[in-house]
Amino acid sequence: MVRLNKAFTVSLSALIPLAVATPVYAEWGLNLPTPVTPIGEGILNLHNWILLICTIIFVGVFSVMFYSLYAHRKSKGHKPSQFSHSTFAEITWTVIPTLILIGMAIPSTAMLIEMEDTSEADLTVKITGYQWKWRYDYLDSGVQFYSNLSTDRNEILNKNEKGENYLLEVDNQVVLPIGKKIRFLITANDVIHSWWVPQLAVKKDAIPGFINEVWTKINEPGIYRGQCTELCGREHGFMPVVVKAVSEEEFDAWVAENAPKEEQAEETQSGVSGGQTLVAVSAISTEDGTDDPAPAIR
Amino acid sequence: MATVADDHHAHHPTGLIRWITTTNHKDIGTLYLLFSFAMFLVGGAMALVIRAELFQPGLQIVDPHFFNQMTTVHALVMVFGAVMPGMVGFANWMIPIMIGAPDMALPRLNNWSFWILPFAATLLMSSFLTAGGGPAAGWTLYAPLTIQGGMGVDLTIFAVHMLGVSSVLGAINVIVTIFNMRAPGMDFMKMPLFVWTWLITAFLLIAVMPVFAGAVTMLLTDRHFGTAFFNPAGGGDPVLFQHIFWFFGHPEVYIMILPAFGIISAIIPTFSRKPLFGYTSMVLAVAGIAFLSFIVWAHHMFTVGMPLIGEVYFMYATMLIAVPTGVKVFNWVATMWRGSLTFETPMLFAIGVVVLFTIGGLSGLMLGITPADFQYHDTYFVVAHFHYVLFSGSVMAMMGGVYYWLPKWTGHMYDEKLGKLHFWLTTIFFNITFFPQHFLGLAGMPRRIPDYALQFTEFNVISSLGAFGLGVSQLLLAYIVYKCVKGGEKATDEVWDNPEGLEWTLPSPAPYHTFETPPVIK
Repeated sequence: MVRLNKAFTVSLSALIPLAVATPVYAEWGLNLPTPVTPIGEGILNLHNWILLICTIIFVGVFSVMFYSLYAHRKSKGHKPSQFSHSTFAEITWTVIPTLILIGMAIPSTAMLIEMEDTSEADLTVKITGYQWKWRYDYLDSGVQFYSNLSTDRNEILNKNEKGENYLLEVDNQVVLPIGKKIRFLITANDVIHSWWVPQLAVKKDAIPGFINEVWTKINEPGIYRGQCTELCGREHGFMPVVVKAVSEEEFDAWVAENAPKEEQAEETQSGVSGGQTLVAVSAISTEDGTDDPAPAIR
Repeated sequence: MATVADDHHAHHPTGLIRWITTTNHKDIGTLYLLFSFAMFLVGGAMALVIRAELFQPGLQIVDPHFFNQMTTVHALVMVFGAVMPGMVGFANWMIPIMIGAPDMALPRLNNWSFWILPFAATLLMSSFLTAGGGPAAGWTLYAPLTIQGGMGVDLTIFAVHMLGVSSVLGAINVIVTIFNMRAPGMDFMKMPLFVWTWLITAFLLIAVMPVFAGAVTMLLTDRHFGTAFFNPAGGGDPVLFQHIFWFFGHPEVYIMILPAFGIISAIIPTFSRKPLFGYTSMVLAVAGIAFLSFIVWAHHMFTVGMPLIGEVYFMYATMLIAVPTGVKVFNWVATMWRGSLTFETPMLFAIGVVVLFTIGGLSGLMLGITPADFQYHDTYFVVAHFHYVLFSGSVMAMMGGVYYWLPKWTGHMYDEKLGKLHFWLTTIFFNITFFPQHFLGLAGMPRRIPDYALQFTEFNVISSLGAFGLGVSQLLLAYIVYKCVKGGEKATDEVWDNPEGLEWTLPSPAPYHTFETPPVIK
């Protein structure tokens, strides 16, 4: 199955010149950002391929229509024909789109099967969405921490100039090793959130009481930024995700440094208990954040 | 020849009492259309609050919680206050005339169906006066976030119930009218496509509005009466809400677009001077779209953690809808092909709808490709998609319909130069507002955020400028309609050049009561 998927991805790349130009194209702010995972590359290729087909269809159909608007205008003296049906035409423009759709569905299905295969992971990280921060638990090593937006409130309120990573910076980044298959177990503590890093092409909802699984394998070191992608209340726009991908050695060193000693709990939030249950209790905090321990923006 | 019956019909109440007690389908159609336009302006104002805040990074104008209320109520007002009542307004005015009937089958029910709406709208708006403000969980009202909200959510739930009752009663009226009151000779396959689209839409409404009512009622009991449908601590599942909501929600969007397809199918043949191409296929396509609309709902939920087989199934089913929709687009183009085309305002709107709705349809196809959707879901790419299908689909089709039938309704021609100006302003500003949002979504900007990272600034500025232009341009429509109602060049019976349809056999303005004697259908 994996070999079949690789063949598809490779052949798609060979077929479409666009795929060669993909990294440049992706930087213009018009397209998906430069991917750093094999799945991300696959999705960008698929997206470009589908967009190309859609563009060709659109241009094709509306060239015909705009030609008609010009050539068949009454002011040019064109007299109307009176034909009003053609079974041949109806069948043709039902069958051909269906074939095009099947052509789109095949690589899409292959891509999807690959994306949903979370088996044989090297590392597992549990991610919990809170109103309005993320919590990361490295299940193998015991490293755990909260990750809050670190943009200064005064930048948001336009009192200070905004920094380069405005709204996409956190106090504790998610450090991950490159070249390893990483499985994320995603859940939430209160309402539905969603964890998304565009360059990894990973997005999955964080649902209280349930655990979702998704995997990634990062090709190259770097810092990759994303955001919560499911409306979760007042500060939904203020709980970013920042992944720092490093070499395996650097990752191991970081784990060693941050793994908890015997009774120490990694706690960066005052007033919140370190215990974590998977079962959500509803209505702890009100929607306008009055009970929330994280500082409200207003 | 004056008879006792004629004398009775010649007098109906005037003034406020007329409008409150009317059972006349033309009056009720007018009420729905006026209500729809008023709601369009209210919802539009909320959109401008959103776009004003998003004009620059940083929080300048509103509090994030109020911003969330704006996005939520903007959508609720547009969907349930502007688009749906607008379409019912067209149904009321045109269905009886188009089938040669004197009125709707259930005229008093018709009156009540309308008059629920202003009260429902008031209830919804009153949510802003509560302590926690209006609903702020998005128009999709996902649990558990809505469990957290204040009384504003409860008022919204009751407003939704009222709106649902209005829609279902209206739908019953439409079905009974079309089945029972067609003039002799008006066979099903002779009805204008607009009547077909409303017949099918009415079945969709009856099927799914109760499902929405069920979903919000379960929300109400979870909030106040100790149930745990959506609370995992009690054994419930938040995703259950999404399944129930979208089982309603997906057919709902087809409820909003099918009558628009009907309006376009009335306008294009007239200004092409050629019959609608492929009538039978068009009817089958509408039925096919309606059937498929029931079995694709989870494409709104691809990121919830569905089993692979579910994701694959919903991808295939969603992609399939492109086939009958494409058939309709091809048939409209084929109607124009080798016609004798003129480009009065209704035709400009119809052509605009065909082109721009197709853009929305193609981005919809992209969204249906599950692996790609993981990157698009809950971003501005989705926002762009649904505004292309809803605004340049449903709303612009209704605008075209207003220009098309206004001379029949009022007896006056509208100002053609102003109408064309309104079309161009609307089309240009619409694209400036929403096309850049495709790029914002692809670049990584999520939905429903009041503030954004710096790389999203340029396209947000452009989008906001477009939005203000779009909003202001709609005041022109209000003026054009007002001016036309007051006076203008006298409209003939046919108004246009040899159009098809029973409405064009009536005088302009259409008399208060029409087809009291059924017409002869050839």
